[in-house]
Amino acid sequence: MTKYIIKRLLISVVILFCVMLIVYALMYSMPTKFTEQMARELSKGQGATKNYEDWLAQLNAQYGMDKGLIPGYFTWLKSAVKGDFGDSWKYNMPVTQKFHETVWYSFALGLVSFIFEVIIAIPLGVLAAKKQYSITDYTVTVVALVGISMPTFFLATVLKLVFSVKLGWFDLSGMISRNYYNLSPAGQFFDVAKHFVLPCITLTVISIGSLMRYTRTNTLEVLNADYIRTARAKGLPEKKVINYHAFRNTLVPLVTILGGSLPGLFSGALITETLFAIEGIGYADYHAMVAGDIPFTMFYLAFVAILTLLGNLIADILYAVVDPRVRIS
Amino acid sequence: MSASKKKKDANYISGKESRAISKFNRKLTKRLEKDRADANKDPALYTTRMRDPNNVVEFDNVCTYFFTDIGTVKAVDGVSFDIPKCSTVGVVGESGCGKSVTSLSLMQLLQRPQGQTAGGEIRFNIGNGEALNIVNTPTAKMQEIRGNHISMIFQEPMTSLNPVFRIGAQIDEVIKLHNPDMSKDDVKKRTLEMIELVGIADGESIYKRYPHELSGGMRQRIMIAIALACSPGLIIADEPTTALDVTIQAQILDLLRDLKDKINSSIMLITHDLGVVASMADYVVVMYAGRVVEKGTAEDIFHHPCHPYTIGLMRSKPVVGKKVDSLYNIPGSVPNPVDMPNYCYFRDRCEMRDECKGMCDGKYPPEIKINDTHVVSCYRFFETGEVLGYPKPVDVEELYHGKK
Repeated sequence: MTKYIIKRLLISVVILFCVMLIVYALMYSMPTKFTEQMARELSKGQGATKNYEDWLAQLNAQYGMDKGLIPGYFTWLKSAVKGDFGDSWKYNMPVTQKFHETVWYSFALGLVSFIFEVIIAIPLGVLAAKKQYSITDYTVTVVALVGISMPTFFLATVLKLVFSVKLGWFDLSGMISRNYYNLSPAGQFFDVAKHFVLPCITLTVISIGSLMRYTRTNTLEVLNADYIRTARAKGLPEKKVINYHAFRNTLVPLVTILGGSLPGLFSGALITETLFAIEGIGYADYHAMVAGDIPFTMFYLAFVAILTLLGNLIADILYAVVDPRVRIS
Repeated sequence: MSASKKKKDANYISGKESRAISKFNRKLTKRLEKDRADANKDPALYTTRMRDPNNVVEFDNVCTYFFTDIGTVKAVDGVSFDIPKCSTVGVVGESGCGKSVTSLSLMQLLQRPQGQTAGGEIRFNIGNGEALNIVNTPTAKMQEIRGNHISMIFQEPMTSLNPVFRIGAQIDEVIKLHNPDMSKDDVKKRTLEMIELVGIADGESIYKRYPHELSGGMRQRIMIAIALACSPGLIIADEPTTALDVTIQAQILDLLRDLKDKINSSIMLITHDLGVVASMADYVVVMYAGRVVEKGTAEDIFHHPCHPYTIGLMRSKPVVGKKVDSLYNIPGSVPNPVDMPNYCYFRDRCEMRDECKGMCDGKYPPEIKINDTHVVSCYRFFETGEVLGYPKPVDVEELYHGKK
């Protein structure tokens, strides 16, 4: 087991190296570079002493953009390995500090919608499988498919229209109300929580569908298995057959994918956060990316890549934990 | 021209027909389910009396139909036979002839709502002169019977045990379920006893193992242990040795035979292996296309087979010491289950058709008794034997429109 994990980790390092190279190349070749934007501004400002080309050359040298693609990447890599991710160009602070400021909002948002997703989707999936081809099954399936098919921005806009514009229950966007600083600490907490309601609903609705369909398919497969017939032949009540014998088997693939998605809770929801102006990691990265902020984007995407690799590893390990037949070697 | 064209397209159904069938099925199964739910309220509706108190089970004109999208499949159509106490009844026939469906009807384990026992009675003797008609016994009552009074051993030991639970837990479960007063230690003691009984040494270690750690033969022994744990009156063994190799097969059969005598129960042995039946069964029931074509003692069936199908089966098994160039096989194949003919189902494959003097072109042959134990459904004995009666299939149309 330990050997297996070490092997997987070593492979992950290689994958990570390649992924980051691709990301760096993409960022480096972006049409509007950060330095170009800045040079344009500086050269046009009042009392500009140098013209655009001079500013650009100076800024390129200052930000390390004059080295070329490959040497630039290795410069980044060298300091990144040491744990130094540099300063964010856009936010003017160390990348890690900005990360700390934003990631916990994303985590809270991700965790709450993850919990709702699990407690809504799994029972619905089991129910739909239990009553296959019934009206219940069709209703659940249609609702789930509508949820999957709706784009985030559309759903978010509809929610905003209904709950913010028409009903006026929630603010359109942002994380705090106007009178936030006059509230008690508990009041401040609930104020932020209130601003998280619509983003949470958006994330939950779009993610329920796939998990529910996955649960339904797995439950159906398990319900047709021979050992379920054995359980019935033993005289077990139907409830116990489904909730104990069948569900324990359905859980095997479910735990695996859910466990694998745990690291993803930290990666933020770029579109939803941007739409609702939740200052999470996704939102911060969106603005960094638009500005061409290489250090921050590199850090964020490295972080997401590590989380994905970690998720896959966790999924594989969990498989061995929940299913006694699987032994990793 | 049009008639021949119609015949050619027997397997084709138009969208309109398909919708009509689905609607028909939905309405009918809904009604049958409702009737069953109504029967639950009054025990008088499902308690009955055995015709002969020495029988464990009496199948009486059992009709189990599947209402599928291509039409009604009469998987079991008017099957009648008895299982006497402390005896082994072998049910033989080729694949798809309704053997397993008969046993699943007895356990009420059919895939509902499509699968329904639409007619007939299955009387099960629960002792003290009481009997249940399994056909309309409510599910709650059925759960007391399954695993406790009737238990079942399945064909596939590799997949019949739940892969994520330990062996011990799976045997414990059935004991605990039917003996709620037993303490945890007693349950475990009983489980270890059962493991030992089915011939597995080192019960303590097996108790903690998972199914995938055991071989097929071992798993089938565990299935037998589960089946016998509550000392049932009847064990249904649905092709218990089909998935096992021959040496293990012999061991499992010996085990079943010994244990049956130890706990005084009957076995309903479903198989297509005539050798297995010959070595195990006291009585044999031969099924073909959902109906019983011949039944009698093992002696009757093996030494004096009368139905052309049984005779064909006997001829198609290899015999040790007899040299043949190629093994005999019965010509043709089983008729389409959706669209059964109204004459003898075996007529088109029968090689003794001339002996019936054309009678088998008429309606399906009745059951004919040729001696005290031997009954056969073939017109060849119409004049010499005692005619018992024609099979009485359920008229699905009548069922649909509701009978008084």
